Amino acid sequence: MTALGKLIRTTTFKLTLVYLTVFALFAVFLLGYFAWNTQRLITQQITETVDAEITGLSEQYRQGGIRRLVIVVEARARRPGSSLYLVTTFAGEALVGNVGSLAPGVLDRAGWTETLYRRQDESEGAEHHALVRVFQLPGGFRLLVGRDLEERERLQKIVLDAGRWSVALVVVLGLAGGFFVTRRVLRRVDAMTETTRTIMAGDLGGRLAIAGTGDELDRLASNLNAMLERIEGLMRGLKEVSDNIAHDLKTPLTRLRNRCEEALRNAKSEADYRAALEATIEESDGLIRTFNALLMIARAESGQAREDMTEFDAAEIVRDVGELYEPLADQKGLALKIDAPGPAPLKGNRELVSQALANLVDNAIKYVKPEANGADAEILVTAQAQGDRILLAVADHGPGIPRQDRGRVIERFVRLEQSRSEPGSGLGLSLASAVAHLHAGELRLEDNGPGLRAVIALPRAGPRALPAG
Amino acid sequence: MRLLIIEDDQNAADYLAKAFREVGHVADQAFDGEEGLALALDGQYDVLIVDRMLPKRDGLSLIGALRGKGVETPALILSALGQVDDRVKGLRAGGDDYLAKPYAFAELLARTEVLSRRRGGRGEETLYRVGDLELDRLSHRVSRGEAEIALQPREFRLLEYLMKHAGQVVTRTMLLENVWDYHFDPQTNVIDVHISRLRSKIDKGFSRPLLHTVRGAGYMIRDGAR
Repeated sequence: MTALGKLIRTTTFKLTLVYLTVFALFAVFLLGYFAWNTQRLITQQITETVDAEITGLSEQYRQGGIRRLVIVVEARARRPGSSLYLVTTFAGEALVGNVGSLAPGVLDRAGWTETLYRRQDESEGAEHHALVRVFQLPGGFRLLVGRDLEERERLQKIVLDAGRWSVALVVVLGLAGGFFVTRRVLRRVDAMTETTRTIMAGDLGGRLAIAGTGDELDRLASNLNAMLERIEGLMRGLKEVSDNIAHDLKTPLTRLRNRCEEALRNAKSEADYRAALEATIEESDGLIRTFNALLMIARAESGQAREDMTEFDAAEIVRDVGELYEPLADQKGLALKIDAPGPAPLKGNRELVSQALANLVDNAIKYVKPEANGADAEILVTAQAQGDRILLAVADHGPGIPRQDRGRVIERFVRLEQSRSEPGSGLGLSLASAVAHLHAGELRLEDNGPGLRAVIALPRAGPRALPAG
Repeated sequence: MRLLIIEDDQNAADYLAKAFREVGHVADQAFDGEEGLALALDGQYDVLIVDRMLPKRDGLSLIGALRGKGVETPALILSALGQVDDRVKGLRAGGDDYLAKPYAFAELLARTEVLSRRRGGRGEETLYRVGDLELDRLSHRVSRGEAEIALQPREFRLLEYLMKHAGQVVTRTMLLENVWDYHFDPQTNVIDVHISRLRSKIDKGFSRPLLHTVRGAGYMIRDGAR
């Protein structure tokens, strides 16, 4: 496609053409209206003047007869810029006046006529338009009074010229303006297209240029940039996940394989084989569990689970999860306390929020030392409303998480040194965080002095009620 | 129990059929949706085990067609898609239970047995009795022999579910789904702790235990004398 062809095809250019047509039509209409009205006004003035003169002259004739009329007309006809006068006999013979020649037959019709004429003092061929009235005087004389139409014609010509020029100007300026605006827009769109092409080619770090004018293209560009940011984040996440999966699933797979090999090498009895197989199944169950957790996180992060959002009472979830884990805490000598008088209505995915909270409670029970007693052995699970948010919190007096590690532990598979001895996949907090993000909320890890206070803060109205971004 | 396994993966189908036969059930096989539908319409099966993705006709549409023709044979859907909404979709399409791959055979067996007895089961009875243990669903009273047993509401529901399926293996996930209505894996075995609490209330001090642990599968409540 040629540059011009591309230009003509743009929306801006098409819009220019539409505006152009509209403005040209408007100019034509305006001038036409003006011309018609002035013409009407001039014609009206002429007829009034002529009528007045005829009345005056016929009065002269009535009082002083043809002689008086001839004298008066002669005097008037000589004045510069005078009207046209002609007095003839019944036979059409001119008695007095300043008209040299007339179109034939004009004198025979009484009343108004538009005609060609020549003045007496002018040479042959110099003919003008005039509006004349022929009046029949008593006694057979005819009186003709008229006005030259030159003025009216000049005005008409001016208006016509103005019309021609203004339409030409509108077209030229409009086309030029449209061309420049379109080219400017096209240049920016081309730049954007170019950038997106490089991004599509794999350079996800590329961003669209923003001109800083705050116009619609800027807004589009900044929105696209935000989208790219999100895509890049997701891609980075995906890459990290696959790296981590590769790394962290290889460990249990290696263990699994080693155990099978060892059984093949060393097992002496059926019981040995059975034990090895059972251990293998247990190990693979752990792997499946890890996979399920990863899928769950991926699902929460993809935002797909937003379809399942319902209204529910967060306080009830806290009570339910608390009740589910209470015997486990009790068995470890810990006291799981619930403080969720509720109701704390929340819009979200009940299943995922429950699981996120369950993970936090599970962690607390897992990491608080069993030898803790008194207040230290207490784990407090609460649900409370704070502004437009619902806070689900699990507070313990266990070892806590050092400040510098709090960001890191949310990442997948990250497990702190001191927790490696505990069973777990390192995915619990990742899931809780992903679930919070799914709901446009956040997971906060705070110091409980001593211990950890993990808070899931969720907007009451669900993710849709919040502005995007 | 007569089963129809509709699964296009020959290996998996053979493995399942063999495993079911080993525990004394009759298992027929179908390898695509159309064949499965024809067999299911024709034969008298107790339970259908339906893979979700099948050639010719997918599992959900197969179950839909069966239900449309008034065949109410319980169907268990097997699927590689394990998400909650897939499960909901499966159940909405007329499936009776849903199990995500990979699964333990013990889990599948337990769920299949529960399904097969659903129709003739004790679902609507108001009084469950196992040995000398009694549970009254209307008055929410539990007693063993002469002794009244006080249970928390959740313990009551746990015992109710176990007694409803007395003599059948009930897995941990089945308990979590049916008693707590959770479909996620709580990582730590919280269910075991609840069971041991319940056990201490109903079995402690009695010579004959009723609540049994089935190794590698789950739990079962039954009268030991049987």
